[in-house]
This record gives sequence, structure tokens and C-alpha cells, in this order.
Amino acid sequence: MKRTATTFVAAMVLLAAGCSSDGGGGGSTSGADVPGVTDTEVVVGTHHPLTGPAAAGYASISPATKAYFDFVNANGGVHGRKITYKVKDDGYNPATTQQVVRELVLQDKVFAVINGLGTPTHTGVLDFLKTNRVPDLFVASGSRSWNQPDKYPGTFGFNPDYTVEGKILGTYVKDNLAGKKVCFLGQDDDFGRDSLLGLEKVVGAVAAKGTYVTSNPNVGPQFGQFKAAGCEVVVLATIPGFTALSIGTAAKIAFKPQFVVSNVGADPTTVGKALGAAAPLMEGLVAANYLPLSTDEANPWISLFKKVNTEYNNGAEFDNNVVYGMSVAYLFVQSLQAAGKDLTRDGIVEAVKKNGFGGPGLVPLRFSATDHAGYGGTQLTKVEGGKAVFFGTAYTTDDAEGAVAPHTAQVVTPPSNGVPAA
Amino acid sequence: MTDMKTKASASPVPTKVAQERRSMRRLAPIAAVLAGGVVILILSYTLEPFRNYQLATVGAYFCVTAGLTVLTGLNGQLSLGHGALMATGAYSFALAQNKWLSLPLSFVVAIAVTTLAGAVIGLAAARLRGPYLAGLTLAVAIVVPSVTSTFDETFNSDQGLSVVLDPPPGTIPMERWQAWLAWTGALLTVLLLAFLVRGAFGRRLRAVRDDETAAKLAGVNIARTQVLAFVVSAVCAGLSGALFAVLAQSVSPGAFPLTLSLFLVMAIVIGGLGSLFGALLGAILLVALPTFAQSVAEQTGSHRLEGNLALVVFGVVLIVVMLAAPGGLASIRFTFIRRFRRER
Amino acid sequence: MNQFVYLTFDGLSRGAVYAAFALALVLIWRAARIVNFAQGAMAVAAVYVAYSVTSATGSYWLGFVAALVAGLALGVIVERVVMRFVDHSSPLNGVVVALGLVLVIQGVLGIVYGSEFHPVETPFSRDAFEIGGIALLSRYDLFVFAAVGAVVASLTLLFTRTPIGLRMRAAAFAPDVSRLLGVSVGGMLTLGWALASAVGSLAGMLVVPTELGLHPTAMDVVFISAFTAAVVGGLDSPIGAVTGGLIVGLLLSYVSGYVEPTVAPMAVLLLLVVVLLGKPGGLFSSSKARVA
Repeated sequence: MKRTATTFVAAMVLLAAGCSSDGGGGGSTSGADVPGVTDTEVVVGTHHPLTGPAAAGYASISPATKAYFDFVNANGGVHGRKITYKVKDDGYNPATTQQVVRELVLQDKVFAVINGLGTPTHTGVLDFLKTNRVPDLFVASGSRSWNQPDKYPGTFGFNPDYTVEGKILGTYVKDNLAGKKVCFLGQDDDFGRDSLLGLEKVVGAVAAKGTYVTSNPNVGPQFGQFKAAGCEVVVLATIPGFTALSIGTAAKIAFKPQFVVSNVGADPTTVGKALGAAAPLMEGLVAANYLPLSTDEANPWISLFKKVNTEYNNGAEFDNNVVYGMSVAYLFVQSLQAAGKDLTRDGIVEAVKKNGFGGPGLVPLRFSATDHAGYGGTQLTKVEGGKAVFFGTAYTTDDAEGAVAPHTAQVVTPPSNGVPAA
Repeated sequence: MTDMKTKASASPVPTKVAQERRSMRRLAPIAAVLAGGVVILILSYTLEPFRNYQLATVGAYFCVTAGLTVLTGLNGQLSLGHGALMATGAYSFALAQNKWLSLPLSFVVAIAVTTLAGAVIGLAAARLRGPYLAGLTLAVAIVVPSVTSTFDETFNSDQGLSVVLDPPPGTIPMERWQAWLAWTGALLTVLLLAFLVRGAFGRRLRAVRDDETAAKLAGVNIARTQVLAFVVSAVCAGLSGALFAVLAQSVSPGAFPLTLSLFLVMAIVIGGLGSLFGALLGAILLVALPTFAQSVAEQTGSHRLEGNLALVVFGVVLIVVMLAAPGGLASIRFTFIRRFRRER
Repeated sequence: MNQFVYLTFDGLSRGAVYAAFALALVLIWRAARIVNFAQGAMAVAAVYVAYSVTSATGSYWLGFVAALVAGLALGVIVERVVMRFVDHSSPLNGVVVALGLVLVIQGVLGIVYGSEFHPVETPFSRDAFEIGGIALLSRYDLFVFAAVGAVVASLTLLFTRTPIGLRMRAAAFAPDVSRLLGVSVGGMLTLGWALASAVGSLAGMLVVPTELGLHPTAMDVVFISAFTAAVVGGLDSPIGAVTGGLIVGLLLSYVSGYVEPTVAPMAVLLLLVVVLLGKPGGLFSSSKARVA
């Protein structure tokens, strides 16, 4: 029986050896005290779903971000530093997110985490990132959890929060579809709840509401209920797959409401692909966006991003996810420029708080010492001829009782070389 | 630790030696666990934080694989629902912790709730055999997200709950603290299981597995033995789930998918069914193999390999082991050592 | 009333698919005394083949045929290369090997096709006919009923009216005697697997377009429903499988519609528990239940 003990010990030693052999590289960064920063390089990382059911649509974001960084690197980098972007796949599984974010911070020694994707996934790492004083910039989700400056001083959002968006979608419904019966289908988490909160702030209580979970791909009963309730407008806080499923299901039971959809689930390319031959059903769908649309050839940002996409992203299919990924990258490069040559973690957080970033966004970012939410509003879009187009004006508002105010977009054109100046 | 074949071979040996051997047998698990504790302590001081975190994860997995291998390997009940039992432990832990903020109390709550859940499933399981039992427990594994979203007031649906934790005592780094917690749980579990398996209970488990009729003739209460085995193994799963809640500082249904339950079965089969040492090997594989697959995927630059490559490797290994060496890796090792000794 | 009619038809149409899938499980159970836990993954693989063929040729029907052929082939491969060598002394072994197959198939599909959802076309419109403002059935639902009906009819014919069917039954129930009488028992086993796998593929082709789309794990939940259907009907009884499928489909639909969709999986679990504990042989067990 003694051998059991010995083999046990042997196994553990083996484990230890296996662990330390490939863990050696992470240690010292030439002189500088700031993790992930040397004179020639800044290492940042993120967690995105690249595999698994949630990867649909999202898997193309991080390559686009990386492509824009590569483009900046080819143009000399930022303050002489090249940006290295480490993307880890978490499969939208919070347990895996824990694992990969620890790997990024403790082993790869990233300077900051950029654009970590997902509410359930990212919520779990807020405390860990705070404890390790890692800047947690431009989280890819509209949950209001990122906007807690007192609790999480290093965390900043990117997307307009879902309540802001809900209020703006609600304003459209109130102004243009007055007197119609409004119903709501939302994801059973912060996304759906915050959206409904914003919507009801503007239009009052909805006639019928339903929720779905991603593990149950059947929204037939919810739509049966909506049809029975005589809904004329259905507001969706859904991810792309479920937007498609909702539209398809409604058509199946000969129910033809006006759909008004959150930006999260409204990319016409992604939804159209999921609908397949039924894609024309999207016609007339109202949604919102806060970044230029991928199909808007005349927009100078789109031409810039298209160029980068061709040269540095192997000409990947150019959709709104690519625009999103590059906009995130552009904002991070702006933040690096603003943080100055002596890059520190506190320095970049201060720079982001100072705000004043002009970029591809149609509305300003809300960043300040007391506000860590991302974009402050959206503009409505409508699907016409298979393409989304903007109409009306952009709106801004807050997640509380503030009015929904029209915003006259100040037109910002990209710098001529495509890289933001210091 | 788990050499089952020595069970009845002691009779012709003179009594004194037999007694000595018996006390050795009693002491061996203690010695192994003590040695393991020392190794873990040393490792937790020498490894870097991320490796400590992985070490903690191995410990947390070890709890559940040890319990499952006793249930499946020694009692012949295959459960595909241990992921769900882990979720039960994790959610109970999270709810208790967020309410009372007391680590020991939360562990007790987690264990108490999974004992109950284990008894309920175990009562049903005791009446089922083979594929029926597998199908029922599979359905239990699938039902987790459905439960969390039906009672979303309590469990917060797919988003799950975050777990409030006090900072570790003193200046202990978080990761070292987690490794200590996880391995305290794992070593205690293994110690307990080792004693259970060696005693009369272990004999009853194997008797029921090998021949129910013979066991019944010998006066073994079959149903009671099976339910007890399920409860013991459920408690291990619940503890493991609670430890995962500590590690992840959050719980959500996504953390306990069907693949987790399948991976657990794979881990104990590859390690060697019924062997606690095999359960350790399995737990190490559960952490090491995905990491390995990920680094391969990163090197080839294809993120399609990421996650998926681990599935293929796990699956192929599982099939090959099942067809070629149903005793698992542990049996290969033991037969090798035994042969080596005999030759000497 | 309106909703009741809608839910009933919706439930029957889903139930028909579960019935086909349960039938595939029953076929293998009868032939080899194995519950094929890899059935869902094998069916998904066949649907991926159809997806490739349809994308390349633009023809749904070519893809449809390809899926059935791929199903047959996969059944043969799985039986000849893997299942034949499983040690059957413990019923656990077959289950564990099948689980290994699930992992391999899902992993390979993920590597080859990526993990995003691929939309799958339906050959007929899914818009429902309306009668008096009540949405009833779509053309696609009718196609589902017709396809499942055709499978049930041809399997019945095969097993009761043809010599090969007789041989398959003989090989399953009395392998030794059959071998003495010159029946190729191994061959019949392979044929059983191939048939079952093809029927499973058909079920996959029918169900995938009605859900989120094609994905390596698309059939996991469907498998549970189908397993429940097979158990409800009794693993030995093809008629039971069909009835069980319809029962499960209706249950899911009513619970989703009248209670809440998220409760549906729990209802399936409850049904499974009740049947397993109350009547382990299934509602249609002809004689005393066989022990596995």
C-alpha cells in the first residue's frame, strides 16, 4: 500500500513539473513595472465566444479588432509600442471565462482586458480584475453592471446600456405607432429586464410580455400568446438567432406585427443568414444602432474599416460585427494615445474618464468620473431592400428618468492616415 | 489505494501478519492523504498564481470524480447527472454564502442540500438498471437550465448568481487560498471514501455490482446499498460544485452543461473505474487536456480546433480505453507494476 | 380554444419527429440490446452532410437523399468499427462507448463546420394554413407527417412481410439458433444499425429546420425527448415508440403553451420518472418487461 502513497506523490510532482515547464515565459518585462508594457509592446487580452452556440455572429468581432491593431502596428504603433491582442475563447461559459481571464492576467500578464464579451461571463470576473487592478475597458454588453464607478473603478462599458436603448425604441413606438398594442419578448437576464424597464418607462405597461432562454429554441408558445392578445407591435430584446426564430415563428402562425428589435439582435447579415430563404420577412424591421452601418458605402469610417478589413483581416465578410470590432480597437488606440508615453494602468483609466473621444460613434460616449457607461444613445434603422438604413435623428438619454433628446450628430471624419493622433 | 483484488486473499496468512496487514491497510489512506497534503502545500508555495488556480481546479474535480468512480466503478450505477448535482451544490453554496457570508456554513448547506437531492435521485435510481438509469440521469443533467430559468427569482436564469467571498485571511494570495480550500475538500473526501470502500460498506457495494441475487442471499439490502452509494457520491459532487462556486466566484447553468457530465464519466473511465487513484488521474486530465488542446489551437491559429479538439481527443481516448483496456489507465499501471514485481 | 387547436397541431408535428427518432432507438435496442446514446450526434452528422450537398448543388432533395445515405453509412461504420468490439458483460460499456462517440462526432463537426448555427432550408413553406382565423398546419407539417408515416409503414412491411425482416428478427431474438439455420447474425446486426441510423437521420432532417439551426449539439435536447418517448412506449415496441413520440410532443406543447416554455424539460423529466417507476416496461409492454 505504500506504493499508493508514492505514486500519488509522484503524480503530483509530475503535475507540478508539467505545470511549471510551460509556465516559465511570463515573468519579467524588461525593467518596466507595468505588467504587459515594454518600450516596444503593449499586451492586452480579451475573452470572446469563438465556439459554442453563442459564437454565432460574435466570433467575427475579435479578428476585426485584431486587424485594426495590426493596421496601427504597421503604421508605427502607439508611442512606439506595438499592440499585441490575445483572444481567448470562453464559449460563453462563465466557468471558462474565469479560467481564461486568470490565464490572461496571471500568466500572459496583460496590461488590460479589452471588450470582454457577455453579461453572465464578464460579471464573474469583475472582482478578480478589480483585485488585480487590471483596467477592464469597453465591455461588450449593455448591462448596467459595468457602470459602477464606486465599486469597480477600472471597469467601463462600450454598448449603450439596454435601458437607454429600450427608452429610445419606446420613443419610436410612442411617436410612430401610437395607440397600437405593444408586446415584448426578452432574454431572461439583464438584457431582457433592462430593455423592458426602458421600454415601459416610455410606453407604459406592455400588453403582453414573454421571456426565452437560449437553451430552449422554441418561441412558438410566446408568439401564440402574443397573437391571442392581439399584439400589433412586438419589441424584441433577443440575440440574432432568436430574432430570426421569432420572425420565422410569427410568420408560421400568420401573425404579422411590426417588429422593433434591440441592436444586439438586429444585424441584418447575421439574422438574414439565420432566416435563410425567409430573409425577406425582415423587411420593415425597425432597430437601432450607434455605429455606422456596414452597408453605408458613403461613410468615410466604413471605407477606412473596409480597407483595413481587406488588408489585415483576409477580407472577411464585412458586416456590422466587423465595424463593431474595429470601433472598439479605434477607441482603445485613442485611449492609449491620450494616456501618453509613460503608460500606466492608472494613467489609462484616467484618460478614459477624461473622455472627449471623437470617433465612428453617432452619439458621444458617456465616460466621466461618475459615469462608466459606454455610448449614450442610438439612432433608429429600418430594413429596406434587405439592408438596414438610418432614418430620423439620433437620440441620447440616460438609464433613469431623463428625457429622450434628439442629438444632432457632430460629424467626425477619420484622420487621413486612419490612426488617431495623440 | 484501491487494489480491490486483495480483498479475500488474507485468510491463509498467519493471524499476526494478517493483523499487521489490516492495520497497515487502515493506515495507508491516512499516509497517502498526509503525503498528498504536504505535496499540495509545497506546490501551492512554489507554483505561480495561475498554476495554483489550475491546481485548485484539479482538487475540485477530484472531489466529484472520486465520488463518481465509487458509484459507477464499485456499485455499477452509471450517472450522467453528476453535473446537475454539482450545480445543486454550487447554487446552494452561492445562496447561503450571499445570505450569511460564512464559508463553513455555506459548505454545510451545500452538502446538506445535495444529500437530499442525492437521496431523491438515488431512490429512483435504485429501481433502474443500465441504459434506463443512464437515460434518467441524462434527463436530470439537461433539466438544470430549465430549473434556473423557471425559478429565475431565486436562480437568476442563464445569467446565474455571483458569489460574495471574503478576502483570504492574512496576506495569502487568492489563488493559494483557493488551492488550499479545494484540496482540503478533495483530501477529506478521498480519506472518507477510502475508509468507506475498505469497510463492510465497500464489500456490499461490490457484492451488489457483481451479482445482485448472490448479494441478496448473503443478506445485503440491495436498494439500501444503492441509495447510500448514490447519496455518498452526490455529496462528493455537491462539495465539488461548492468548490467550483468558490473558484469561479459565480454560478450559472452554463458552467454545468451536459458535456461536463460526459467529461466526468470519461475521466473516471480513463482513470480506471472504481479506482481513487484513477479518479485523480481523471481530474488532472480534465484540467490538462483542454489547456493542451487550447495551446495546440493557438499554435495552429485555428480557433475551430479550440474546444473541439479536446472533445475529439477525449472521445477517442474514451472509446479506445473502453475497447482495449476497460480497467483504465490505472489498471495498465498496476498490471505493469505487478508484473515488474513478480519478475523481481 | 383557438390556442388549444394550435398547440395540439404544433405538438403532433413535433411528436411525429420524436416518434421517428424513438423508432430509431427501438430498432437498435431490438437488434443489439443497446440504447444508442450517440443517435443524436449521428443524426446531426448526417444533417451536416445534407447541408454540404444542398449548399453545393442548391437542391434540397439531393441533400435529403445524401443525409439518408450518410445515415446508413454511419450506422454501418459505427457498428462494424466500434460497437462490434464492445464487451457486453456490463450494459454500462455500450453506453460509455456511445458517449465517447458523441464527443468525437460533435468535436469533428465543430472542427470541420465551425460552431456557428447554420440555417437549414425546408422544402415546403412553414406558414400555416388558416381556417377561420385559426392557424392549423403548414405544408411542412404535412410533409413531416407523411415522411414519418412512410417510415413506419415501410418498417412494418419490412419486418412482417419480407424474408430479410424475418431474418433480422430471428437474429436479434435467437442469435444461436439463427446462426445454425444459416442466418448471418453479424450481417443482420449491421443492417439493423444502418436502418436505425438512417431513420435517425431522417428525424434530424425533419427537426433541425424547426429550431435554431444546424449546430453540433442541435440534437441533445431532442434526444432526451426521443428517449423519453421510447421509454414511454417501451423500448421493445415500434408502435409504442410512435405513440410515445406523439405523447411527448403534445405534453411539451401544452406545458409550453399553458404553463411556461422553460418548464417543458422538467415536464419531460417528470414523465420519464413516472413511467420508469410506475411501468418500467413502458405503456405498451406486451408481456413482462425485459430486464436489460
